[in-house]
Amino acid sequence: MLSRELSANKIKEKIIKREITAQEVVEELFEWIDIKEPLIKAYLCLDKDGAVLKAKEIDKKLSNGDKVGLLAGVPVALKDNICTAGMKTTCASKILENFIPPYDAFVVKRIKEEDAIIIGKTNLDEFAMGSSNENSAFHITRNPWDTDCIPGGSGGGSAAAVTADMTFMALGSDTGGSVRQPSAFCGNVGCKPTYGRVSRYGLVAFASSLDQIGTVTKDVSDAALLLQVVSGHDGFDSTSAAIDVPNYISDIDSVDDNLRIGVPREFFGEGLNPEVGSAVMDALEIYKRNGAELVDLSLPHCGYAVATYYIIATAEASSNLARYDGVRYGHRSQLSEDNIIDMYSRVRAEGFGSEVKRRILFGNYVLSAGFYEAYYLKASKVRNLIRSDFEEAFKKVDCIICPTCPTQAFKIGEKITDPLQMYLSDIYTIPANLVGIPGISVPCGFTNAGLPIGLQILGKHFDEGKILKVAKLFENETDFHLKKPELN
Amino acid sequence: MKYEVVMGLETHAELDTESKLFCGCSTKFGSEPNTQTCPVCLGLPGVLPVMNKKAFEHSLKASLALNCEISNFTNFDRKSYYYPDLPKNYQVSQNYFNIGNNGYVDIVVKGKEKRIGIHNVHLEEEAGKLVHPEASGANYSLVDFNRAGVPLLEIVTQPDMRSVEEVESYMQTLRNILLYIGVSDCKMQEGSLRFEASVSLREQGANFFGKRVEIKNLNSMKAVLKAIAYEISRQSDLLDKGEDVLMETRLWDDIDSVSRRMRSKEEAHDYRYFPEPDLVPVWIDQEWIDETRTAIPELPVSKRQRFVNEYTISDYDAGILTEDRLLADYFEECVKMAQDSPKELSNWIINDVLRELNERKTSVQDFAIPPKMLVELIKIKPTIGNSIAKDVFIEMINTGKTATSIVIEKNLTQMDDVSELNDIVARVIEENPKAADDYSQGKKNALTFLIGQTMKITRGKANPKILTEIFEERLSAGSK
Amino acid sequence: MDIGIKEIEHIANLSRITLTVEEKNTFAKQLTNILGYIEKLNELDTDEVQPMAYATSLKNVFREDKLKSSFSRQEILELSPSSTNGFFKVPKVIE
Repeated sequence: MLSRELSANKIKEKIIKREITAQEVVEELFEWIDIKEPLIKAYLCLDKDGAVLKAKEIDKKLSNGDKVGLLAGVPVALKDNICTAGMKTTCASKILENFIPPYDAFVVKRIKEEDAIIIGKTNLDEFAMGSSNENSAFHITRNPWDTDCIPGGSGGGSAAAVTADMTFMALGSDTGGSVRQPSAFCGNVGCKPTYGRVSRYGLVAFASSLDQIGTVTKDVSDAALLLQVVSGHDGFDSTSAAIDVPNYISDIDSVDDNLRIGVPREFFGEGLNPEVGSAVMDALEIYKRNGAELVDLSLPHCGYAVATYYIIATAEASSNLARYDGVRYGHRSQLSEDNIIDMYSRVRAEGFGSEVKRRILFGNYVLSAGFYEAYYLKASKVRNLIRSDFEEAFKKVDCIICPTCPTQAFKIGEKITDPLQMYLSDIYTIPANLVGIPGISVPCGFTNAGLPIGLQILGKHFDEGKILKVAKLFENETDFHLKKPELN
Repeated sequence: MKYEVVMGLETHAELDTESKLFCGCSTKFGSEPNTQTCPVCLGLPGVLPVMNKKAFEHSLKASLALNCEISNFTNFDRKSYYYPDLPKNYQVSQNYFNIGNNGYVDIVVKGKEKRIGIHNVHLEEEAGKLVHPEASGANYSLVDFNRAGVPLLEIVTQPDMRSVEEVESYMQTLRNILLYIGVSDCKMQEGSLRFEASVSLREQGANFFGKRVEIKNLNSMKAVLKAIAYEISRQSDLLDKGEDVLMETRLWDDIDSVSRRMRSKEEAHDYRYFPEPDLVPVWIDQEWIDETRTAIPELPVSKRQRFVNEYTISDYDAGILTEDRLLADYFEECVKMAQDSPKELSNWIINDVLRELNERKTSVQDFAIPPKMLVELIKIKPTIGNSIAKDVFIEMINTGKTATSIVIEKNLTQMDDVSELNDIVARVIEENPKAADDYSQGKKNALTFLIGQTMKITRGKANPKILTEIFEERLSAGSK
Repeated sequence: MDIGIKEIEHIANLSRITLTVEEKNTFAKQLTNILGYIEKLNELDTDEVQPMAYATSLKNVFREDKLKSSFSRQEILELSPSSTNGFFKVPKVIE
């Protein structure tokens, strides 16, 4: 097996055992990226020099016999909405095209402390708004399994890069499924932890009550490793939980007896592609064979999740994105500026793409005078109903299993003119964000056309350990996660 | 026509904290522009707010001092509007669940007490500062974000004020309360205390409110009073002419003493409030309320009342003494040490101490004469007389020495010895026969002259009471 | 309910985004469509339901009132498209 095809855990082991140097890993990786990036276009920015420098530093530590971190020498990519000091962070938006943050995000500090090597920033839908990556202001990332297809969104760049072996792992953000859905479409492991498990400090906000940083990895053990590093309390994020982080890495192989898995009816109904449905049913059979009890469930309000999400996410986004005004940083119009209001309006008209504009407009509409109660407040109440659905369900089961997405990856251009259809592709991932619970997507099969299918496991608040274990159990029984696309 | 004036005030007080509301940048006033900023208070992408505990506690304390009902649940909302001094283009404030609601402040106007309702008290973040360049024709403005994110308390009254005097009293009382409880330095010249007024007029006895006009840019209490007086007459002129008052916001121009319509706010505000998801709610339990309440000192109004009762000084004097909490403390400490003479101490403090504090532009905590020394001066005053005591007082400030040491050093003890004084009086009468004669003839003024001559000889030390008796005795006896 | 051109213009102004005629037409159509979809929330009776504004049950999160050093002004102003004499510079603001 080529070194780039190994998992992060495996490559780290080789580096620590000095079977290969971190520098060799990085250089081989960049050779491969040089060849495949023109096809996949997963990255917005690459930092080979910085990566090589950091690799040498780690090799030196190892040769000196110094202690190294949990991610020693492992190349990691970051979604380009995670702030990196001294490295451009654009959110795939023209308005931040040349923005270089003066500070590192909490998660960036953490992975640096653990000796990860940051190789670059990956593509996304502008400000993480989208399900296909087509909303990037710079270019469209392609699905490594079929380059005519989208890689999913918003974190399509990270997912494509991991699947195409153009990085060993990546960090993304998940507001309505932006980690899990692209992982499902690209056939890797995407984990969204509980809201508050990982600090959002330095993640450029889309919708603050829904955003959560997540991991994109080649397998479940890698997810446990990366989650271990980035989890924990941060005094710079008021919503960060001061709850101890369990040892995900060592707990992952412990077996749970009497596992009760909830199967929610609502996630297997109308709109579900039959190929996806049957792959998920097969997966459930595997769990059953391994002693799990399947419990039929209803989450009656989940049919309202997309509508609820769309109101809350756009409302929060309209205000989070108000700061891009050309005063303190970012794009400023080249046109003459005689009036501040005109300046704002031009900067934002030129700087934002149409999906972002659409959401800002809609968010301002639902919050505007006279509509607050009918939309925002109503949605907040329905959100509570959805939360109660899950609370009830988790009294009966340890986790919930369902498809990650109703379909496989679709063709580039297929849904771009119909925003509503696009939004509906997140129908199974959105509830976890509304409720704040953790979810993980693992590969569970392929369509006849050869596109990956994702299995979603949802857990209780702060029960990441459990869903990782349940995911690992499936991985142990299957080899979908080891399949590689042919990249021609 | 006679109109009833209906007024309310919105007060913004910068809270006295070391660091800003959501980040560790300094709140210090007057630094070089943009030197007290960081990614958080500049609203850079990806940053998050974390609430300053002191700022919240100050807000709770102020709400209690203003007799508010305290919400057990409070949270913060985003208030959206675009302005270049507002980094995020929304202000973190409170709209749906304020810290304090339905409070009141008791004020005294012309000796009569009146209760002004407080609609709500809430905590928010301060904006930065816009600077308009002096150069004529400059087509740009400048922004300084040092102030952005300083914790700001907003106190909104009910429309309960009916006269300029009530507004003045309310402002003074509120300022004193905030100073007393130590939540704000209330320096109007630095903008840490600001007022906005709303004024409407209605026919006497009407049960509806007239159109409300808001007035901004009021940089001093004087400006508030001038602006509302102007607004009252402007509106009554309009109404007299049968014209409509427009509901609008006006900016006060203190130099020309006029108010002008605000130009930039043509569009009605739509603040699009919704709960700030980056902060979590605050639950205030009874224990926290009780704890905070015990930390609130006696407030000016009750202290004033107590001074009148306990020390039998006039309400006017008590008012002056209690205007500044430290001055009131100074007075009480003096009285405690002296065990006596509150009236005299009050006079000294109001006349002499305050005069010197003003002249020397200093505050009572930095004053050169601590209570102990002032009491000592009062104690030895009978031995040196009032006028020497005043000189000694000044000398004490200048040298820092005690009254006793000054008196000894300068040999200032009063001459009480009757036979010694008799001799001097005899000499004065001899040297001033004309005046002595005048006095004997009944010209009372002549005595002042004679005593003055005696004082000259004794360098002011002669006991004037004894002196008067001797003169009266000698000159009336001599003439008969 | 429909979102027409007038409503689009109003919220575009609130949003501080200049829209082309074409954008106005497209957005009006698309947002009306989305609004139609979210109307389904009205199927639910939520009179007795508490709103959920937070995805966390955390409360009373504070920091101590401690000074931290600010960022260098030069570093901060370098991010800005326009600055002068230590200030950020914007088109003239009239009150």
